[in-house]
Amino acid sequence: MRNLIDIADLSPAEIDDLIRLAGDMRAHPADYRESQRGRILATLFFEPSTRTRLSFESAMLSMGGGVLGFASADSSSTAKGESLQDTIRTVSCYCDLIAMRHPKEGAPIAASLKSEVPIINAGDGGHNHPTQTLTDLMTIHREKGTFSGLTVGLCGDLKFGRTVHSLVTAMSRYPGVRFVMISPQELRLPGYLIQQLAVQGIPYAEVERMEDVLPELDILYMTRVQRERFFNEADYVRLKDTYILTPEKMQLAGPNLRVMHPLPRVNEISPKVDADPRAVYFEQVRNGRYIRMALITRLLEEVQ
Amino acid sequence: MNIDSIHRGIVLDHIQAGRSMEIYQALNLGDLPCSVAIIRNVKSQAMGKKDIIKIDDDIDIDLDVLGYLDPGITVNIIVDGVIAEKKHLALPERLVNVVKCRNPRCITTVETQLDQVFRLVHPEERVYRCAYCDAEQRQRK
Ligand SMILES: [Zn+2]
Repeated sequence: MRNLIDIADLSPAEIDDLIRLAGDMRAHPADYRESQRGRILATLFFEPSTRTRLSFESAMLSMGGGVLGFASADSSSTAKGESLQDTIRTVSCYCDLIAMRHPKEGAPIAASLKSEVPIINAGDGGHNHPTQTLTDLMTIHREKGTFSGLTVGLCGDLKFGRTVHSLVTAMSRYPGVRFVMISPQELRLPGYLIQQLAVQGIPYAEVERMEDVLPELDILYMTRVQRERFFNEADYVRLKDTYILTPEKMQLAGPNLRVMHPLPRVNEISPKVDADPRAVYFEQVRNGRYIRMALITRLLEEVQ
Repeated sequence: MNIDSIHRGIVLDHIQAGRSMEIYQALNLGDLPCSVAIIRNVKSQAMGKKDIIKIDDDIDIDLDVLGYLDPGITVNIIVDGVIAEKKHLALPERLVNVVKCRNPRCITTVETQLDQVFRLVHPEERVYRCAYCDAEQRQRK
C-alpha cells in the first residue's frame, strides 16, 4: 500500500502522470464525477488548516466520494488523550483513505505504521507538505509546458518556508533549472539545501533585492516575510518594501513571468497585481483541487 | 571473580579509555546478577590506554548499542576459558530505541509508545537521521 508522506516518495514519472491526469480532470470534470462513488476520504486535521482541508474535501466530492473527519484536535478524541496511532487505527476502519494534518513532524509516518488505508500527509508541522508541492509543480507545468530550463525565483522567507524547500528539492530533479533566491540575509535558504544544489551542480544565485533579478525570471514564487523573523528593526525597515510585489515592479518583469504564492497572502503581493495575467496564484488554488483528485485516484487504484 | 580469567562469559576489549562507565550503563550491566569487572587505563599498544569490561556470564549483548557507542570495541566470547569468538563491531545501519530524538517538534516526543528509529545517513561523520522527523544526530567519535 502506498502513502504520500514526502514529495520524494514520488518519482518524476509518477509526478508527470499525476499532472497529466489532473489536467485531464480539469479539462473534463464530468468524466470523473462518479469515479469515486462509494469511497470515503477521512480528513483528520489535528491542527486547523481550513483551505487545505477544503481542498481535499472538494477533490473527493468532485469525484462522487464521501468525506468525514474533524477540523481541529479539540473536536477529536485526541482531546481526550487518545494516542495518534489509536485514532488512526480506529478511523481507518471507517474510510478508504486518510488525509491528515498534524503539528508534530513525522506524525504521518507514525500514522502509516498503524493504518489499514493509505495516508496522505496534508502537512506535518514545518516538515513536509507534499500536496502543496504537487500543486506548485502542476501550476508550473501548465503555465510553462515544461520544467526543464526554467529560471525559478524564490522570494521572501526562504529559511522557514517549507513549501520553498520542497519546491527546490522537487525542481532540482529536472535538467537546466536555475534558482534565484531573493531574501534578506537572516532568511536565506538553509545551508543543507544550498549544499545540495552545489553538489548536484545546479546553478543558483542569492540576492537581497527583487528589482535586480525580475527581468530574468520565468517563475517568481512569493512567500511572506514576517517582521518578527528579522534580527533588527533597521534591516526590516530597509528591506520590507523589496519583498512586496507591486504593479510597478511587475513592469520590470518579462511577459512570460508567472507569479505564484502558496496563499494565504498578507501584504506581500499588492491586490493590484491580481488582474495581471502573469499572476497565477489563484490558478494554483484551482490546480490544487485537481491534483488532489488525481492523487486520491492513483492511491485508491493501488488498494483495489 | 578473578579478573584475569573468565571461564565462560564476555570480554569487551579496546574500549576508549574513560568510556567504560558509559558503556556499563548503556548495556545495563549493573542489573546483572553475575560479576562484572571494569578495568580502566590498561596499557595498549594500539590505543595508548584503553578500558576493558569483563562479564562473568554468557549474556545477550545489544551489539547495536555497543556499535553505536563505539564501533572500535572488540567483543570476545569466552567459552571454557578461551576466546571462542571475536566480534568486531560496525556502526549499525538502523538504531531502534538506542537514542532519543532531540527535536522538540518530533512526533516521538508526544507519542511515547513509538519506537525511536534512526537510520545511518553519513557513516564517515556518524550522522543518524530520525525516521519520523528527519532530524539529524551526530554520535561523537
Ligand atoms: Zn524525530
